[in-house]
This record gives sequence, C-alpha cells and structure tokens, in this order.
Amino acid sequence: MSAIELENVYYSYVLSEDNIIKAVRGISLKIEEGSFVAMVGHNGSGKSTIAKLLNGLLVPDYGKVRVFGMDTQDKEHIFDVRKSVGMVFQNPDNQMVASIIEDDIAFGPENLGIEREEIIRRVDWALDKVHMLEHKKGTPFKLSGGQKQRLAIAGIIAMKPKVIVFDESTAMLDPQGRKEVMEVAHELNKEGMTVICITHYMEEALGADRLIVLNDGKIALDGKPKEVFSQYEKIKENKIHVPLATKIAISLDDIGVKVGKDIMEKDELVDKLCQLL
Amino acid sequence: MSIVVKDLAFTYSLGSPYEKKAIQNINLTINDGDFLGIVGHTGSGKSTFIQHLNGLIKVQEGEIEVFDIKLTNAKKPKPDLRKLRSNVGMVFQYPEYQLFEDTVYKDVAFGPKNLGLDEEEIAKRVKEAIELVGLDFEAIKERAPFELSGGQKRRVAIAGIIAMKPKVLILDEPTAGLDPNGKEQILTLITHLKKNCSSTIIVISHDIDEITRFATRLIVFNEGRVAFDMPMNELFKHQQELVEMGLDIPLAVKIANDLKAKGVAIQDGVVTVEDLIKEIVRLYNAKHNTKLNLKDINKSGFNFSFRSDEVFE
Amino acid sequence: MGSRFAFGQYYPADSLIHKMDPRCKILLTIAYMVAIFLVKSYLGYLVTAILLFSTIAISKVPLRVVLRSIRAVIFLLMFTLIINLLFYKQGTVIASWWKITITWQGIDYAIKMLFRLTMLVMGASMLTFTTTATELTDGLESLLYPLKFIKVPVHDIAIIMSIALRFIPTLVEETQKIMNAQKARGAELDTGNFFKRVKAMLPILIPLFVSAFRRADELADALDARCYNASDKRTKMKVLKFTLKDYLAMFIVALFIAAICVDAYAFGGAYVDTFIYNLIMGA
Repeated sequence: MSAIELENVYYSYVLSEDNIIKAVRGISLKIEEGSFVAMVGHNGSGKSTIAKLLNGLLVPDYGKVRVFGMDTQDKEHIFDVRKSVGMVFQNPDNQMVASIIEDDIAFGPENLGIEREEIIRRVDWALDKVHMLEHKKGTPFKLSGGQKQRLAIAGIIAMKPKVIVFDESTAMLDPQGRKEVMEVAHELNKEGMTVICITHYMEEALGADRLIVLNDGKIALDGKPKEVFSQYEKIKENKIHVPLATKIAISLDDIGVKVGKDIMEKDELVDKLCQLL
Repeated sequence: MSIVVKDLAFTYSLGSPYEKKAIQNINLTINDGDFLGIVGHTGSGKSTFIQHLNGLIKVQEGEIEVFDIKLTNAKKPKPDLRKLRSNVGMVFQYPEYQLFEDTVYKDVAFGPKNLGLDEEEIAKRVKEAIELVGLDFEAIKERAPFELSGGQKRRVAIAGIIAMKPKVLILDEPTAGLDPNGKEQILTLITHLKKNCSSTIIVISHDIDEITRFATRLIVFNEGRVAFDMPMNELFKHQQELVEMGLDIPLAVKIANDLKAKGVAIQDGVVTVEDLIKEIVRLYNAKHNTKLNLKDINKSGFNFSFRSDEVFE
Repeated sequence: MGSRFAFGQYYPADSLIHKMDPRCKILLTIAYMVAIFLVKSYLGYLVTAILLFSTIAISKVPLRVVLRSIRAVIFLLMFTLIINLLFYKQGTVIASWWKITITWQGIDYAIKMLFRLTMLVMGASMLTFTTTATELTDGLESLLYPLKFIKVPVHDIAIIMSIALRFIPTLVEETQKIMNAQKARGAELDTGNFFKRVKAMLPILIPLFVSAFRRADELADALDARCYNASDKRTKMKVLKFTLKDYLAMFIVALFIAAICVDAYAFGGAYVDTFIYNLIMGA
C-alpha cells in the first residue's frame, strides 16, 4: 500500500489579485511505504509547497492528497494525518518550544494525549535513536546545528510517525551536521520508516531508492538516482546540478577518457579509472 | 602588506567563571592580492578572528595593523573605526537578513552614507555596486528588498558592502543556504569582485570543494590557534592532521589518494578538480599513446577553469 | 556573550530549591514580594535579606550570577535612588538648592526604596534561575486553571509564555549579529543625542522584527506539524506534585512573613530606625 498518494494536485499562493504564484501544477505521485525518496529542484520549483501538502499544513486547491487513505482536506483526520507524517524543517532554532530538551521531545506525544509512562519511554527511545540521550536534561542553546536538528528529529519520531519528511533540514548545517542528520535518516529508514528527503545537496540524494526532480511545480524526472543523474542534458534543463563525482566523470568522458557518464560516487570513479590508467 | 596580526589572543567573558579562550597566539600577515580561504569547524575561533579585522571585537591581547590603522588594547589613541570599516568590508553569514530599507537603492546607500560621502559620490557608488554584483540597476533600484528572490537579496546585501569600496573583502559562508545555481552565481561573483573591486579577498567556508576552486592560500583554525597557513597545493600533504581535526578533504584529493593507493602513478600536488582531470588525461595519454586534450572539459556545460591557460594546447 | 542578559535565564543545578514544585515557588515568590512592600524597618529588611540569601545559598546558584541580574536594571535602580534622594520634600532638611532639597527622611526613603527594588529583582530572578521555563508555565497553567471556567485560554497563554522564554536567548544572539552586521556597514550606534540614537536603532530593529516574524511563521508550522492543540485530551509528561520540602518551605516563609508583619504593625516598624536616627543625630 502506498503511504502517501497525490492525485493531480494544484496549489497557488495568492499574494494579491494580479500576483498569483502557481507553486504546484498538477502533480500525481505515489510514495511506497518503507521507501527513501529524495526530492530535488531549484528554488521556486515547488518542493517546499509539496512538503507542506504532505501533512496537511497546506491543502490542495484542486486534486487530492491521501495519507494512508485519509484525505488531508478532511478536518476530522487532520491530527491522524500529522501523527502519521512527521516533518522536520530547515531552521533547527525555529522548531523548539521548550528550554529543556526532554520537555521539548515530550511536546508532540503530550499533544496526542499519550499517557505519562508511555511519553517517558518514548522520550528516551527517541533521544536514543538520534544519539542524544546524554543531553536529555540539558538545554539546546549551546548545541551545534547538527545536534539541534537531531533533537528536532527526536521531537518528531516521539510521535511514532510512519513517514518522516525532511524539508531542507540540512540546508543550514555544516558538513559534519549534514552527515549526522543523513545518518539518522537512513537508520530510521532501515527500521521501516518511510523517509522523504527534500534537499539541495545532490550527494544526499544518492543514497535514496528514488529521486524526484521538480521543476515549475511539476515532476520533471522520477527514477532511481543513477538513472536520473545519468540524463545530464535533462538535469541541466531543470536547473539542478549533478554530484561532483559525476561532473568529473562527465568531463573526463567528454575529453575522451571513457569512464562513462553514469558515475555517481567516488569509489565507482576510482575503480573505473584504475582499469583505464 | 594589508594586514599584520601579532600575538593576538581573545577570551570570552574574561574574568568570569565562564571564561572561554576563543583564540590565542595568532600571528599572520595578509598580503595585498591574497585570495585567502579560512577553514575550521564550528567553534575553532575563525569567526572571532575575522571580527577583529574590522574592529567588531576589541583587541584584548596582541595587536593588529590594518593598513595604517593600529588596533591594540590601549584606550588611546582611539582607532579610526570608520576608516577601518571602509577599508575592510565584511559580508556576514546570511547577509540578506540585515536589509532594512524600503528600496534596494537606499539599502545599498546605507554604507556609503555612513562614510560621510556626498550625494553624487553615493549615487555613483550605488550604481556601480549594484552592477558589479550582476543586477540590473534601473530595474531593481526602486524595488523593495523583501520582494526579491533569495539569491538576489544576497547579492543586494553584498552590494551594500561593495559600495564602501573596501580594499579587503571578507565573506563568511557566502553560499550558505542557497540552491546549487545560487551557489554557482555567488562563487562566480566572488572571482569577479577579486578582479574588479577588492584586491584582497578572504572567504570562510565549510565546503572545502568550494574553497579550493578559488583560494590560493588556506588558513586552518583549530582550537583557537592557526594550525596551518600555507599555499593551497601544499596544505593537503597534511591530510592526516586535517582529518583528525574533523575537516573535510577536497574530493579531487581523495580520488588522487585512492588512485595512488591502487598503484596509479599520480603526481603529488593535486588539489582541485582541474588538477585531477589534467593529471588523469596526462596519464591516459602516456599509457594509451593518445593525444587527448583538455579543450572539451566544459563541453557538457560546466565551468571548470584553469588558473593558467597553458594547458589548453 | 549574552552574559549581560542573565535575568530570566535558568541556571541548572541540583538543589532542593530546584526540585521544589514550581507552583510553590511561584506562590512563595509572590508572598515574598508582597512582604517586601509591607516591610517598613531596617530590621524587617534584614529579615527579608536573610530569607533571600539563605535561599540563594541553598539553591547553589552562585551569588555572582544572582547579582548579575541586578546589573540589567541598574539604570532603573540608580534613577529611583536619585529621584527619591533629590525630590523627597518632607522632613528635616539637610541641604537645599533651587528646587532640590535633601532631607534626612529622603535619604532614608531612597535607601529603603533601593533596597526594596534590589530584593524584588533578586527574588524574582531566583524564581527564574531555579525553575525551567516549562516548569514555570506548567505551574502558572496549573495555578490559573480555575480561570478556564470563565473561558480564559489558559493553556494557550502558558505555551505562549514558554515559547517567549525559550526564544529570549535566540533573539539576543540575533540582535548581536545584526548589530555587528550594521556596524560593519559603518553604522554608529552609540554616538549622538537621544533622537539620533533612536534613529540609528532602525537598521537593527527592522531586520530584527522581520526575522522575528519569519521565525514565528516557521514556528507555527512546526507547532502544527507536532499536532499542537489545547484540548483537554492533552497529557503531561511531568506531573506537578507538592512534597514535604514544599510544605516545609511554605511553613518557613510563613514564619518570616509573620515576623515581618509583627514588626511592621505591632511596633509600627519604626523603633529601630528612630533608634539609629537618634544615635547618629545625637552624636
């Protein structure tokens, strides 16, 4: 069964009568349970709008978004939708409500009306999952960006969602922080959680089962990362980039060192080069 | 010599139980024409250091000479901060968050106005600065900064610093939070500014692959000290130490090392992607007796560029 | 960095005071504040000071940190001191010049006022030093619970307070960043007359407001994504409970306040003062 289903979805921001931004223009999409889906696209391609449509923060102007069969427009199910689809945002500072870490993690479960003993268990569990258990009683202020963002993840998974959406959650982090967050994302996926990762970093899309490229509010490309990145002409048309290792491979290939244009990662490139040199 | 730093040290909350040494024993000279990259992980002291260079942090210990302005911990004579800040321009992280005027023109004019320039000179500089950052002056000057796109806002903010015509331009994480195209534009802009505005440029960045694209000299901060200060092609001989400091190594260096480990006779000194490609093509030609040449390197639309043209046979 | 803004920040430590029920601490702080204004004599002030300083000692919050909370309001304190000193009209005149008269009672009043305000600020900051924002809001929410029956959105108020406290350090840091950025553009923030300075604040305030609104926007989404609601179905991880130490604290504070009341009303709170006054004037 698909976890999330979008059916011909449209969404526009109406800023004024003559200034309407058509952010999402006819997207149909099924996301399988347990998969790791990366979404990329240049600024203004509609990525963040889609993220917010996935858990009912926005509802489509036209079309349907269904989360485990529940329509996000159905106000009766809105908490069930949000409980099923957790979302981690870009700025780690703007997602925390409490000054003590364990209190912050407990916020979601408290809203869901979960009983006390279970909340305490879940706080420990969630902090352990993001490797932050030793900070339980501390404050978030002195932590690094990567640590804060992992706390944001803990705050979401404490609600035990089936899907977790990362809406450019690594954009404000340093390389170390990005690595930490992506590691946690993959660990969660291994344990069966569906992960949707919206990002600017093409390297982060490599580990995904599926890569969706958005452009002008529509799906431009959709497939395995290797299939998508090897269509370099199309990548360019959609104003995104390929990973650096792919760039090197394509350049070498153009020059005449035939390593192939579908190389994604360093080790692949090194192996190919060893055969040629 | 534009900037000379001697025995600089700084401690936060000096004299309180929360004392925290941010930097110590910093000695270095920044030369006119340097294209300098500063790396170091969060908390290594690099931000504290650069904020000294335009007087945002008062010197506690040691001294700094920026052009003719001396910065020390002495109460008198007071350094001419206005002159200092017009000489050393600083573009902070996410500089678009400092925009506040209702038009782009007024915002860019804020710096020059503070320098006490006359209207005519201000107008000239604003126009120049906006054009330098690659925006259409007539089209954008009356627009509100808040309605621009993220990349445009950032360029307007950079224009606000450029309009002060600094001799030294410092940029702190200039590409943070932008999408790949926005990043590419800012990187191109920095190289452009080096030629046409500030002859000395200092860039702080976490992205080592980005920094190796333009910097000629790298300074590595670690635990408040300068761990390395050397030309870029020498730095990565110290790879082991860099990794221990938790710093990233450029992808080209990693690939070169892996190839070396597998018995490929790659020469030392590969740092940039261009170096790597050049070296691979050389080895390939030698082995297969071919005459492949580098002119097709950007056939697929990349903008790899070499520092000297001699490689384009 | 940020050390100037110690007021209102939690100081983590493992002490009896930290472990007390926040409701108890809130009630006792209120009682303490009322008591300060009941006190009329120096003996009474001594009693309140003993209460305050023993609380500080038990709380394991360093005295230096508590004193720093006064630094934030030092201007206000000095202002009150000087106004009272110079413009208090009644009593024995010591010196007089133009519209200004300094009287013995004026000095007395000014010192007492200064003392009161200092005790007040220190007392209030002891509450925030030893109580996390969450506990504080939980405590308030619980104390205000009866207001729910007259349709006051008690929980929403509590969460707004919690978020406000949570964002103080973030916004302080942000202000510092923006100030640096504008200084780098040549802005002069601390020269010129009052109006000039206010005008010079605009380049700081506007970006700060813009950023605060952006944060608020994102935070609203984050709250929604975490199923925020103020319904009665909501549960709590930390349940407040009065324990022996809370009752004990209430008993001790009650004793102190009783002593103050006795001092203030039985003796008119004056005899010690008159004694000291006569001592000095007689000498």
